Amino acid sequence: MRWVNRHMRRNDRMIAGAVPILALLVLYLVMAAQRHALNPGDKILPLPDAMARGLSALLFQADPLSGHFLFWTDTFASLERLGLGLALATLSALVAGLVLGVLPPVRATLGPLVTGIAVIPPIALLPVLFIALGLGETAKVALIVVGIAPPMIRDLTDYVASLPREQIIKAQTLGASSWQIMIRVALPQAMPRLIQAVRLALGPAWVFLISAEAIASDTGLGYRIFLVRRYLSMDVIIPYVAWIALLAIVMDFALAQASRRLFPWAHGASH
Amino acid sequence: MTALLTLRDVWVEFGDKIVLEKINLDVAAGSFVSIVGPSGAGKSSLLRLVLGQEAPTRGTISLDGAVLPPECGPDRGVVFQRYSVFPHLTALQNTVFGLECAQSPLLARLFGRARRAAQDEATAMLEAVGLADALHLYPAQMSGGMQQRLAIAQALLKRPRILLLDEPFGALDPGIRADMHVLIRRLWREHALTVIMVTHDIREAFSLGTRVLALDKRRHDPHAPHRYGATVVYDLPLRPREDAPPMQDGAQEEQQATPQKVAV
Ligand SMILES: Nc1ncnc2c1ncn2[C@@H]1O[C@H](COP(=O)(O)OP(=O)(O)OP(=O)(O)O)[C@@H](O)[C@H]1O
Ligand SMILES: [Mg+2]
Repeated sequence: MRWVNRHMRRNDRMIAGAVPILALLVLYLVMAAQRHALNPGDKILPLPDAMARGLSALLFQADPLSGHFLFWTDTFASLERLGLGLALATLSALVAGLVLGVLPPVRATLGPLVTGIAVIPPIALLPVLFIALGLGETAKVALIVVGIAPPMIRDLTDYVASLPREQIIKAQTLGASSWQIMIRVALPQAMPRLIQAVRLALGPAWVFLISAEAIASDTGLGYRIFLVRRYLSMDVIIPYVAWIALLAIVMDFALAQASRRLFPWAHGASH
Repeated sequence: MTALLTLRDVWVEFGDKIVLEKINLDVAAGSFVSIVGPSGAGKSSLLRLVLGQEAPTRGTISLDGAVLPPECGPDRGVVFQRYSVFPHLTALQNTVFGLECAQSPLLARLFGRARRAAQDEATAMLEAVGLADALHLYPAQMSGGMQQRLAIAQALLKRPRILLLDEPFGALDPGIRADMHVLIRRLWREHALTVIMVTHDIREAFSLGTRVLALDKRRHDPHAPHRYGATVVYDLPLRPREDAPPMQDGAQEEQQATPQKVAV
């Protein structure tokens, strides 16, 4: 049987997907155990018990200086920045994508500007943001927005502009105005695509968040990772990275589910 | 007989490519005009002109004596071969949409009593096209024939002065197509429609139409095929509206109508 035809059953797929992850975990444990056999004080590849100890200090013991439980304040600070940045970027992508996609004169006027902004590496703008907005929360959120909004706008604009011409014509023969086409024809059809764009933007959004936190912050997941790096605290860095990965996976999964629930017509015949 | 739609010396050119040349046409109210012609002759281009999707390079088009603006409007309904319905709306929502646009400029949505009235009107129209059982299906859940029925219902609810069909049944299989012929014929009579239909199916053109137009190039330059455009080379009046026969005998009609070469 050709490989393109070898579809796997659901259970087999889960097992197959788990194998490489487990293999990697086992590989790590073997290497860590080897290093610890040679040098019990090794910090580079900590064993699970060391990670548990490192993490529990941040989880359950209040920081003597601030009185906060650092893991949770880091998490909330990062999620707040990320959420704000994603929300602002999503909203601007939706509005700009609709207006640019539906109205050719606006597209002609602002399209090149959006393209121009989108090709600037956002990290190169970080100093500008810090100078203009100070070192506070605004600059960090702004970096996320500046980083992910332009590609999202471009994606949504292209998508809306490529809706079948027949649909737009049909709407006009049904008496729809530009505004009505925007809100009743383009907007609902853009929504699943918007969610898709947010899912794809999650990765870059985390990158910009961690970068901003690494450079100027006093709390946040990225800040903590870069702080403890000085002490080679892999026992904290690895759990933090795993936690970030978990958060990202949960967000991605939630968005995918939301799209399925809210826009069944966009996901095949399964409604 | 007053003409509902008039085209006077209409030309369509794209750059130096002439697609349509010197089209003169009067379409009477209540007629069913079929347009046939080879692929690329410019049938869809002609329909787009009447629709207002594109403006002619030269010439004038008038509807009810007024020159057409180069923009689509609710006085002209359309059904394309594909993409004529909105995939994110159910059949009922697709049909109500036209009423919502007219009655609610800001939100394009109706509420309360107005909403129920609009839904009743749309439901009646969907029943008329045979979609009574499919009110709450999305287009993706409907067959091609059902989608075209929906597109027709959508257009008819706006009571257009003229209904434009571009190969509306071209993607349907023969059995469904025959059903659709019965349907469009019935709607044409009941709603006193004026229809212009582009088709590749000659039988369909003759069995449905009260008049058949053939579009083709009159002259041909083998070295520069783009130099000459297509025009109406045959204009066959078939029968007046009143004695439109029942469906199945459309084929015999062909012999009775005498093809007349149109003078240039
Ligand atoms: N926007 C355009 N720019 C350049 N040429 C065009 C454009 N639109 C149509 N044409 C040309 O006009 C000619 C007629 O096209 P049209 O779609 O009207 O043909 P048609 O008779 O509907 O063909 P078919 O039966 O295949 O649908 C074609 O040769 C096409 O290449
Ligand atoms: Mg065509």
